[in-house]
Amino acid sequence: MSGFLPSDEHRAIEEAVQRICAKYDDAYWAETDETGRFPEAFVADMAEGGWLGTAMPEEFGGAGLGLVEAAIVMRTVTQSGAGFSGASAIHLNIFGAKPIEKFGTDAQKHAWLPGVISGSDKMCFAVTEPDAGLETSAITTRATRTQDGWSITGRKIWTTSAQRADKIMMLARTTPREEVARPTDGLSLFFCDFDRSAIDAKPIPKMGRKAVECNMLFIEDLKVPADALIGEEGKGFKYILSGLNPERVLFAVEAVGLGRAALMKAAQYAKDRVVFGRPIGMNQGVQHPLARAWCELEAAELLAMKAAALFDAGLDCGAEANAAKYLGAEFGFKACEAAVLAHGGMGYAKEYHVERLFRESMIARIAPVSREMILNFVAERVLGLPKSY
Amino acid sequence: MKLLVPVKRVIDYNVKVRVKPDQTGVDLANVKMSMNPFCEIAVEEAVRLREKGAASEIVVVSIGPAQAQETIRTALAMGADRGILIQTDQDVEPLGVAKLLKAVVEAEAPGAVVMGKQAIDGDNNATGQMLAALLGWPQATFASAITITGDSAEVTREVDGGLQTLKVALPAVITADLRLNEPRFASLPNIMKAKKKPIDMKTPADFGVDVAPRLTVLKVTEPPKREGGAKVADAAELVGKLKEAGVI
Repeated sequence: MSGFLPSDEHRAIEEAVQRICAKYDDAYWAETDETGRFPEAFVADMAEGGWLGTAMPEEFGGAGLGLVEAAIVMRTVTQSGAGFSGASAIHLNIFGAKPIEKFGTDAQKHAWLPGVISGSDKMCFAVTEPDAGLETSAITTRATRTQDGWSITGRKIWTTSAQRADKIMMLARTTPREEVARPTDGLSLFFCDFDRSAIDAKPIPKMGRKAVECNMLFIEDLKVPADALIGEEGKGFKYILSGLNPERVLFAVEAVGLGRAALMKAAQYAKDRVVFGRPIGMNQGVQHPLARAWCELEAAELLAMKAAALFDAGLDCGAEANAAKYLGAEFGFKACEAAVLAHGGMGYAKEYHVERLFRESMIARIAPVSREMILNFVAERVLGLPKSY
Repeated sequence: MKLLVPVKRVIDYNVKVRVKPDQTGVDLANVKMSMNPFCEIAVEEAVRLREKGAASEIVVVSIGPAQAQETIRTALAMGADRGILIQTDQDVEPLGVAKLLKAVVEAEAPGAVVMGKQAIDGDNNATGQMLAALLGWPQATFASAITITGDSAEVTREVDGGLQTLKVALPAVITADLRLNEPRFASLPNIMKAKKKPIDMKTPADFGVDVAPRLTVLKVTEPPKREGGAKVADAAELVGKLKEAGVI
């Protein structure tokens, strides 16, 4: 199974990404976290190396590789110490435009994909809403037909990178909920310019990853042309669904890499820090949490890569992708926690960087889907238990 | 003009090497291997020479185990055109490498050999010089700048106390020093292209070269541990300590 044993190509990918990441050290990421400055230089280097197009077709400037390779890229990024500040800065370019590739017309693909792949277009993704959350079918942002296109009005929340985006992919209701057979019908997916005269983006002050902001969007009569609609009207929910599993896999490996970055720092600290005349890492009380974290991260990565390999083979990977995201996030968090604790007081100090990674580790536990919804999914779809919500 | 660039697979420069307990050598098990940094600089220079129009084709050659194909692929991803692997599991000594390279030069007829000044594993700094001697070619070692004009090359060399610039007639052997350039990162499209570039598989026997070792390694040991120093209050105490140590 590809994804289980790394090929020469996989090693070459990892090494090449490592070399870019090596230019951006802990001080760089600590600074972006302190100031909230977007890691432009890092993203420019990743774009120039062609990494944003890892999983996109060669025809549009991508490399035509799969989710396995994209996962290696993203895991390498977080593992370098860049954490989610690095990964989230490019995450959307890697898989965000997939609905266009899968469901867009030829004209749409040619118009939109090259810019996203080269990094010259910065896209953001607006699905969830303050009053909808994980109940996507409850979104109220409304797209209504005009003479030559659509007018969109509504609110979105947690839209990443909206401050600097020049394109937006958005889910909006085109047929009222009460007029469709299933609540998930009547939603449509749009891709258009981020028109700041019609969209007001307000950053949400948050716990970590200050460099890559999340926003509330207030959309007022956003006029978009008819050809901004991706695929067919009313099928947007289905299009979004097709991208969920790869996104889960990427979150899983990003969390694993993040946990490893913290773990490596903790192991080094435990070797160097001498108390009572010997390194603290000589104590099993310090060793075991770190060793356990290593085991757990390896296991989570294996499941994520299995899901990626299944996805690339065109097989169903829903259970694996969800479970991998669950494990990656939980074990990534536990590894970061163990790393902070191994540092003792210094773990709480910004100077040692693990507190930054620890704060970021909460991201994958919450986004893009909660732990509870994953367990609901596994209970219902894998174990055949009655639906609970 | 064709350029030949020999590359070597060595322990990654970031890895802290460990000596085997039996002192027969350095432990290579589960150690990250990469292209020798000086070889990487040589590949980069060759690619830059081609970009400037001074070279038309870049052939990389490596002598080593099957895994050295990865090292060749790295060079191909940086921009080299094709590779040759002379496969052997033996640790080939500089003279053996030079003899093999001479045979490759005779087969490929390059206009110049651009190679690292030394490999960071053995630190021999010998192969380039030996190759030039075997070929009867001029050599310009420790290059920090290379300009090719017509049938000669102007090479700035880093020597003790300054820089020396000399002109060598081509074909020649040029060895790269650290400050010649900063190698590029392989981009994803180029990694993909490298997969399709050919690597010729050869063995030392194909070139009729005997690579049996001429040297015997008696033992390999770690450098002695550095001991902490001591602070002295004044010159008198220093002299006293030095006398105590028997050095004055």
